[in-house]
Amino acid sequence: MGPEYSDDGALVAALREGDEAAFTWLLDRYHAPLHRTARVYVATDSQADEVVQETWVAVLRGIDRFEQRSSLKTWLYRILMNIARTRGVKESRTIPFSSAANVLDEGAEPTFAPDRFRPPGDPDWPGHWRAFPLDWEHQPEPRLLAGETLSLVATAIRQLPPSQRAVLTLRDVDGWSSVEVCNALGLTETNQRVLLHRGRAKVRRALESYFESTAS
Amino acid sequence: MTAPADDFPCNEFVEVVTDYLEGALAPEDARRFEEHLALCAGCASVLDQFRTVIRASGRLAVSDVDALTPAQRDQMLAMFTDWAAPRR
Repeated sequence: MGPEYSDDGALVAALREGDEAAFTWLLDRYHAPLHRTARVYVATDSQADEVVQETWVAVLRGIDRFEQRSSLKTWLYRILMNIARTRGVKESRTIPFSSAANVLDEGAEPTFAPDRFRPPGDPDWPGHWRAFPLDWEHQPEPRLLAGETLSLVATAIRQLPPSQRAVLTLRDVDGWSSVEVCNALGLTETNQRVLLHRGRAKVRRALESYFESTAS
Repeated sequence: MTAPADDFPCNEFVEVVTDYLEGALAPEDARRFEEHLALCAGCASVLDQFRTVIRASGRLAVSDVDALTPAQRDQMLAMFTDWAAPRR
């Protein structure tokens, strides 16, 4: 186990001294989330790699002047966003998060297929279930959180469109607050919730097919 | 199967589950949500399913979803070593 840096002051001081353990700690903690964020702005994984790499270079170049008026995390994301936006514009790819319409277009599907519900003209219960969804509570608890289920969840998350994947991973895997995610990704609270819900809905669907296919 | 006697259709309920869990529904809508929940076993299952999804995601490590490859890590560390050399 390496050192833990619970406060930014110690981490920044260590980085300024050229402490490799401090940089490694930062890399392990932030490289992947930064990559996911960059991927929202640029078209390919390798472009996102370059954006994150440029970000680390800019961080080291700027660390001596970093005044710690914001948290190191906020500062990291600000640098990344600037580089990613510039890059996104250069490639004349529309920046999804700058436009609500665009970001919400991506992977917009209802939470359940419409045919799971009675049609609008149903005389009794329009919009209500045709048949109830499977109750997962009947799955034994160990199975719900077993390795196979978890790897299915990880696969489903990796397959999400970039904006949903970024939001869901930061919120539900990394445990960030909604405010932190909105700030890091430049999203409104409402759009953040829409993306989070769509991402969770797709993961839910993946688990549902799995549980139904293995139901005895 | 009997459907619940309220005015919150299930196909609308399933779209606002995250809004509910985030505490983002207006008080009146949150009340209707909970009333529907108490009446509709199907929608109660859906809320539980979302909670399971959230719990399962929380069990994952960042590296399960997106890991720094050893090559990227070496590359970044080499860059850092060059930068840090004059400081040590």
